[in-house]
Amino acid sequence: MNLLTYIVKRVFLIVPIVLGVLAITFLISHIVPGDAAQLMAGPRATPEIIERLRHEHGLDRPLYVQFGIYIAHVFRGDLGKSILTRRPVAADILGYFPATFELTTTALLLAIIVGIPLGIVSAVHKDKVLDQFSRLTSVIGVSMPIFWMGLLLMLVFYVRLGVLPGPGRITGASPSHITGLFILDSVLTGDWRALGDSLLNLVMPAFVLGNAVLARVVRMTRSSMLDVFGQDYIQTARAKGLIERAVVYKHALRNALIPTLTVVGLAYGELLGGAVATELIFAWPGMAHYVVRSMTSLDFPAIMGVTMVIALIYILVNLLVDISYAFIDPRIRY
Amino acid sequence: MHLSIRESDTKRRSSRDSEWRRGLRSLQRSPLAVLGLVIIGFLVVLAIFAPSLAPYSPTKMSLSERLSPPSSTHIFGTDDVGRDILSRVIYGSRISLRICTLVVGLTIGIGTILGIISGYWGGWIDELIMRISDVFLAFPALILAMAIAAALGPSLENVIIAMVVIWWPRYARVTRGQVLVLREIDYIVAARAVGVHESRIIMRHILPNCVSPVLIQATLDLGEVLLTAATLSFIGFGAQPPTPEWGAMISLGRNYLRDNWWYATFPGLAILVTVIGFNLLGDAARDILDPRLRHGAR
Repeated sequence: MNLLTYIVKRVFLIVPIVLGVLAITFLISHIVPGDAAQLMAGPRATPEIIERLRHEHGLDRPLYVQFGIYIAHVFRGDLGKSILTRRPVAADILGYFPATFELTTTALLLAIIVGIPLGIVSAVHKDKVLDQFSRLTSVIGVSMPIFWMGLLLMLVFYVRLGVLPGPGRITGASPSHITGLFILDSVLTGDWRALGDSLLNLVMPAFVLGNAVLARVVRMTRSSMLDVFGQDYIQTARAKGLIERAVVYKHALRNALIPTLTVVGLAYGELLGGAVATELIFAWPGMAHYVVRSMTSLDFPAIMGVTMVIALIYILVNLLVDISYAFIDPRIRY
Repeated sequence: MHLSIRESDTKRRSSRDSEWRRGLRSLQRSPLAVLGLVIIGFLVVLAIFAPSLAPYSPTKMSLSERLSPPSSTHIFGTDDVGRDILSRVIYGSRISLRICTLVVGLTIGIGTILGIISGYWGGWIDELIMRISDVFLAFPALILAMAIAAALGPSLENVIIAMVVIWWPRYARVTRGQVLVLREIDYIVAARAVGVHESRIIMRHILPNCVSPVLIQATLDLGEVLLTAATLSFIGFGAQPPTPEWGAMISLGRNYLRDNWWYATFPGLAILVTVIGFNLLGDAARDILDPRLRHGAR
């Protein structure tokens, strides 16, 4: 099987999952106790208005017909209109997406850049002080409630010490809008003040969000490095007199990275979930903000749309991880 | 034939006994595992004896003492309506334990049954159960839990329901994997061949052998369950005031953070320490019960 066939096959495998995701988001809006049309119309609506809304939204038709219509709309990119903002849900999500993308990506990069070397060091110095220290910090890292850590950091570094900026994505004016990603936009427009500003604003939220994933990356890198160290070919490499550095970085790391990559893919879901608490604490105007707002006000078109989009992003990230296996490890293609 | 199955069963049972003894010995060697055990033991004691251990009622308000900092009368200080935070943290341990045991218990029940059905009978039913679990695993756990809890209405019970709905696939997978291996083992094939009833094979031979992988998964999950539930309460979907749930307490304390650091700090510390306890215990359970790790480099 060549690489292209493998990729096409993997892409096709996600079709039933995407349909399942649509079915669940659709069902969620139907488990709500009470009448969706009543909710939409508000408490003071007359029966006629409720009836009209019910008909307009197709709520008077059989469930499977409603689901069919929903799928047809979604595939056309129409996620309905938000009750709260009165704008198309797709446009709302698109507006909030860059902030979340910038936050989760920075957090993930932070976790990878710090986590993999820490995991390697931990494995190389197994059971020594450095290893014990990194294991203990990993346990604390995965056990930390994100929202609480965010609050405490905010209290110390913003309120008390005043060394880091407080809530929001940027302190001064935003850079001119190109992609909606502040870092990228400020580089593209040469707006160095905005770049510095948005980087400083990213420090605390990205650290808080990356922390939990960092711990997982360290643990996985450590244990898979140790697994690989036990393999015959590593013994051989050592026996033929290769210097340790070459054994660790050229022979062991490449193979140890595969399980770590899986963890990173799965952790992206955690990042998207964790973003909810992080965005709330740091008043970060991203998708998670939109999620909470739509959920607390029972804005069902928005809830359905945003839950589905987040699940799709998660599926897509894991698809990319699966495909990148094939590049790292040629055995997987067969 | 029957006799030999029984014999092998007894043998396995005694080897399981020695596994437990070996487990206990390695527990003694690992200080972090002991720490985990101590933390969770302490939590259980707190939860059971909360009424006699808590210095005040968790809901009694005293407006004259509102927002007083930690002192000898109120070790963790008081909240915005003068309730003793220490007492609320102690009572909160009951809620946390209840959530953890209910969610993990229910998901083990549902997940194990579905996993056994899936792995033992295979075919279309296996395909169906696994595809459904794929879909649930395709959602980031917290987001789906939030959506379900929001639709059902904010309450602790609904958070538990939402979490059970998203959590069962993990156990279904673990059990199915184990059953697939067990199904091909000689003594089970033999039992089937001599016509032992399937329910008996499942109850006597399959189920007992699924205990340790499920137990490992469960101890590893407890911390995550608690964190997810606390996050849901913090956002406002879970426990409602005046319930002394730790996440909900932080949510209230957040508004007073600038001048009253203790309000949100102590409930958060309680969550952190408890989750550390669960995670240390989970690591220990995996090291002790997972035979693949026993001789490995880890």
